Amino acid sequence: MIPAPFDYYRPSDLDGVIALLQEHGDEARVLAGGHSLIPMMKLRMADVPHLIDLQGIDSLRAINVTGTRVTIGAMVTQHDLIDSAELSSAAPILRETALQIADPQVRYMGTVGGNVANGDPGNDMPGLMQCLDAQLHLIGPDGERSIAARDYYEAAYMTAREDDEVLTAISFDAQPGGYAYEKQKRKIGDYATAAAAVTIQKSGGSVAAASIAMTNLSDTPVWSEAAGAALVGTACDAGAIKAAVAAMLGDIDPTEDNRGPVAFKRHVAGVILTRAITRAWDRA
Amino acid sequence: MKDLNEEQQERAAGLKGLGCSRKRVEDARFTQGKGNYVDDIKMPGMLHGDFVRSPYAHARVKSINTDAAMALDGVVAVLTAKDLEPLSLHWMPTLAGDKQMVLADGKVLFQGQEVAFVVARDRFIAADAVELVEVEYEELPVIVNPFEALQSDVVLREDLAGQTEGAHGPRKHHNHIFTWEVGEKDATEQVLGDAEVVAEETVYYHRTHPCPLETCGAVASMDKVNGKLTVWGTFQAPHVVRTVASLLSGIEEHNIRVVSPDIGGGFGNKVGVYPGYVCAIVASIVTGVPVKWIEDRMENLMSTAFARDYWMTGKISATKEGKITGLHCHVTADHGAFDACADPTKFPAGFMNICTGSYDIPTAYLAVDGVYTNKAPGGVSYRCSFRVTEAAYFIERMIEVLAIELNMDAAELRRINFIKKEQFPYQSALGWEYDSGDYHTAWDKALKAVDYEGLRKEQADRVEAFKRGETRKLMGVGLSFFTEIVGAGPVKNCDILGMGMFDSCEIRIHPTGSAIARLGTISQGQGHATTFAQILASEIGISADSITIEEGDTDTAPYGLGTYGSRSTPVAGAATALAGRKIRAKAQMIAAYLLEVHDNDLEWDVDRFVVKGAPERFKTMKEIAYAAYNQAIPGVEPGLEAVSYYDPPNMTYPFGAYVCVMDIDVDTGVQEIRKFYALDDCGTRINPMIIEGQVHGGLTEALAVALGQEIAYDDMGNVKTGTFMDFFLPTAWEVPNYITDHTVTPSPHHPIGAKGVGESPHVGGVPCFSNAVNDAFRAFGLRHTHMPHDHWRIWQTANRLGLHD
Repeated sequence: MIPAPFDYYRPSDLDGVIALLQEHGDEARVLAGGHSLIPMMKLRMADVPHLIDLQGIDSLRAINVTGTRVTIGAMVTQHDLIDSAELSSAAPILRETALQIADPQVRYMGTVGGNVANGDPGNDMPGLMQCLDAQLHLIGPDGERSIAARDYYEAAYMTAREDDEVLTAISFDAQPGGYAYEKQKRKIGDYATAAAAVTIQKSGGSVAAASIAMTNLSDTPVWSEAAGAALVGTACDAGAIKAAVAAMLGDIDPTEDNRGPVAFKRHVAGVILTRAITRAWDRA
Repeated sequence: MKDLNEEQQERAAGLKGLGCSRKRVEDARFTQGKGNYVDDIKMPGMLHGDFVRSPYAHARVKSINTDAAMALDGVVAVLTAKDLEPLSLHWMPTLAGDKQMVLADGKVLFQGQEVAFVVARDRFIAADAVELVEVEYEELPVIVNPFEALQSDVVLREDLAGQTEGAHGPRKHHNHIFTWEVGEKDATEQVLGDAEVVAEETVYYHRTHPCPLETCGAVASMDKVNGKLTVWGTFQAPHVVRTVASLLSGIEEHNIRVVSPDIGGGFGNKVGVYPGYVCAIVASIVTGVPVKWIEDRMENLMSTAFARDYWMTGKISATKEGKITGLHCHVTADHGAFDACADPTKFPAGFMNICTGSYDIPTAYLAVDGVYTNKAPGGVSYRCSFRVTEAAYFIERMIEVLAIELNMDAAELRRINFIKKEQFPYQSALGWEYDSGDYHTAWDKALKAVDYEGLRKEQADRVEAFKRGETRKLMGVGLSFFTEIVGAGPVKNCDILGMGMFDSCEIRIHPTGSAIARLGTISQGQGHATTFAQILASEIGISADSITIEEGDTDTAPYGLGTYGSRSTPVAGAATALAGRKIRAKAQMIAAYLLEVHDNDLEWDVDRFVVKGAPERFKTMKEIAYAAYNQAIPGVEPGLEAVSYYDPPNMTYPFGAYVCVMDIDVDTGVQEIRKFYALDDCGTRINPMIIEGQVHGGLTEALAVALGQEIAYDDMGNVKTGTFMDFFLPTAWEVPNYITDHTVTPSPHHPIGAKGVGESPHVGGVPCFSNAVNDAFRAFGLRHTHMPHDHWRIWQTANRLGLHD
C-alpha cells in the first residue's frame, strides 16, 4: 500500500492544469477528492508519475442555480452537495443520492466531478447524471466542449474524455416531478449491488415523462430509454412497472463478484427499480 | 464478604474496587492520539523491511534475482531463504508442532507467502525495491478444498514426504496432518443406532480473519556492543516470543528483551510468530541497526493467521420426547499450508471437545482431521478460546436441526437438556469438568425479557401474512445458549511449546501507600490497567487510582503466557488476587507490631487492619506501607512486595443466553436486526462498564462473521477478500442496539470467582445471528444454510425454497 514515486503539482488555474497535461501526456492524471485514484496508486494498479491536484482551483467549486438550470463545479464535494439548500430545493435527487455514497468522512473529500469523470461503474453519480440528462463540460488545449452524460461512458474507466482534458462542471435542467435514488449495498461505503435513479413527470394521472438509469450493473452506467418509455402514458400501475423492469433487464449486463452471482443481481435490480419507480411516482 | 456499614461502604467505594464501573485509565491517551504503538517507535538509523510475496497459491520458485533491487539507491539488503539457511532460520517451528517457511524455500504454498525480505533506508524505497526483485515461478496444481486435498496425488508439503507420523500421531495421506479423537466411538455409534430420533447435518464454519485495526509488526534492535537484542512487536504473548527467539537464535534469554507496547487489538491474530518478526530480527543482527517491519492491511488479511475453516458433520440422537442421548462429530479442518494453529500443544483442535455445549449428553465422540491446502496458515482463536466458537456454533446448529426433526420448540429442547445446577461440577462426556453454572435461571430470564412466546406468536402471524401475499419480509428468532471453556490453563495439561500456561503478578507497594503491579499478560484493548487495579484495590485496600498496572516488557514483568483465550482474568487475575493476599498477610504482621497486639487479634476492614473489638485502634494500608519501609520491625524484612505465579486448578466456564430478532427481506436478502438481547454470566463482575463494552465488541465481531465476513478464495487460490471493500468490517451503521443483562454464578475455584468475559459474546453471538437467519425460513422447510449470511446467500436460500416463484 505504498505508491510508486510521483511528482505532485498544485496549479492555481486551469491553464496551468492543461499545460501540465500537455507536457506529460498519459503520464499525468488530475486528482480531485482522491478516493478512487489514491487507492489505485497505493495498490500500484495506477502508475501516475505526475499527479496534478485540482484543490487549488477555486473556480471549480461553484454551485449555480439559475431558473431551472443547475450547474455544479467539478470540485464540489458530496458534502457540499448535501449541504446546499439551493440544490436540495432545485434537484432533491442529488442529495438523496449523495447521502447513499460512502460515509461522511469520504463525502467531505469526494467530489462530484471525480465521481462522474472517472468512469468507475460502481460510482453513483454517473447513472444519476444520465438519468437527469446532464451535460458534462470539459476543457482541453482546444478550448471547451460539452458532452452528454449519456454519451460519455464507453467501458469501465474508459470515457469520451481525452487524456489532456479536464471535467470542469456538470449542468442539467431540473425538472419538477417525482424522483428516487434507490440503492442496495452490503455495508456503508460499499458500491451498489444494484441502484436505480428514476425521475417521473406526472400529468393528469399518468406518466408524462420518465427517465431511468441503473448503477453497477454493467461496465458503464446504464440509461435505459426503453424502461422509461414503458412508463410513459401509463398510470404507473403494476403492469407498467413490470414492463419497465423487463425493459431495464434487457439493457443491463451484470457480472458476478463478491456481491453475488448474475441471477441474484438481476433479481435485485428488478426489485430496486420497482421500489424506485414506486417512490418516484408517489412523489410525482 | 460480610455486610458493610455505611461508613465502610463509603471507604470501599473510594477504593474503586470490584464491581465499580471505573472509567478506563487507558483511554485518556488513546482518545488523544497519544498511544504508543509499534509503528510509533522510531529509532536513529532505523531501516525498513518489506516483503516480496508470492502471487501464486502453489508454485515452484525457479530463481530469485535481487540485482536490480540491490542497485536501487537506499536498499541495504534483500534476504532470501538462501541467506537464512546458514542460520537455520529459513524455516521455523510453529506453535502446533509443525514447521513453516520463513522465506520461500524451493516453492510457495499460498498466495501472499513471503518470498524475499527487502531492507531499505525508508519504507518507500523498500516498497519500490520489492517491485524490482525478479522471481521466476513455475505454477503447480492448486488445492483449496480440504476434501480434494485428501484425495489428490499432488503433494503440497514435499518437506514431509514419506513422514507417516506427525506431531499429533499418524498421517493418513501426504496432505493429512493429524487425526484427533476424543470420547467413545463405539458406544456413541451404538447409541445413535438405537436412538428413536437422529438428526444429521454438515455445518461449515467458513474461513475468516480476526482483523485487528492495528496490523502486525515489529521493530528489532540488535545492540552489538552489549550483545542485547530488543524487539518491540505486536505480541499477545511477549514472554513466549522471548523464549522462542532465544531457542531459535541461540542468544541467551537474558540478552533478549521483548516489549509489547500499546496493541491495537489482537483477537488471536497476534499470538503466533510470523516471518516478518524473524526477518526483522535477522536483518537487525546482520546490519547492526534497528529494523522495522509493519504489514499493510492486505498483507494482514492474506498472510497472517486466519480463523475457523471447519467442516463439521454431526449426528445427534434423542428420545421422542427430546432428551438427547448421544452426539457424534467429525471435523475436516482446513489448516492451510502449514499447521500454525495457536493451541495448547496437547490439543491440536483446541477445545473443540467442548462441543457438547450446555447440555447433559451422556455419550459423545469427536474426531478431527487436519488437512493441508494452498491457503494461508493460521487457525487461531478469533475472539474465542481455542476452537470454542466452532464448537458452540456446531452444537447450537445441531440443537436447532434436532428441534426441527422433533418438531419441537428449540427453546424448550434446550431447557430439557441443560445440565442442571445441582450437577456442577459436571463431567462432560468429552472430558471436561464444568466448574459452575445455573443455565435454567439464565434461560428463563432471557426468554422472559424478550417475551419469547409473544415473539413466536408474531412470527407465526408473519408467516401466515407472507403466505397470503401481504408481506415479503420474514421474521427469525435466533436463540443460543453457550458454555465457554476459558482460562487456559492447568499446567498439567496445557502448555505452548512446552511452556506451562500459568500466569503471574508481581506487586510493589511504595512507601507512601501507592503501588505498581506487573503481570505476565498484555492488554490489547481489554483495559487491564483499569480492571487489574480494581482486583488489587479490593484485596489490599489501596485505591485503584493509586495503582499502576504494567505489562508487556519482559525485562520487568514476571513470566506469563500472555493474553488470549479469555485467560487474563481467570489466570493472571487470580495471580493478582493471590499476590495481593500475600501483601495483606505481611501487612497484618506489621500492623500487629505497630498496634502491639497479636496477628490474630486483627481483622481486615476494607482498607485497614482493626483490633478486634476495638474499632478505634487500626492501621490503614497506607500507614502500614510507610512503616514497612521506614520502621525496624523485628523479624520482618523491610519492604512490601509480593509475587504470585498461578497455576489454575481448572478452566472456567462462562455461559450466556442470547436472543436475536431479525427481519429478512426475501427479495433482496437484506436482513435487519430488530432486537439483540445478551445475558452473560461471567461469574464475579469486576467492572460492569468494561464488561458491557466487551459484550458490544464481541457481538459486533459475531455479527460480522455471521453476516458476511470471510476470507474467500477462488479455484486458483487467489484471495478474493483482501481489502475492506470486500472483507466485511462492520461500522456503527451496521450494528444494532444491544440489550445486555447478566446473572452471577461465581467460579468456585477462582480466588475472586471471576470467569472471563471478552470472548463470550463472540462465541454465543455467532450461532445466535446464524440461528435467526435459519429460523426465519424454518416454516418453509429449511434445515440449515451455511454462513456467512450475506445478501446473496440469504436470497439464494429464499430462491431455493421457492419463495421467489
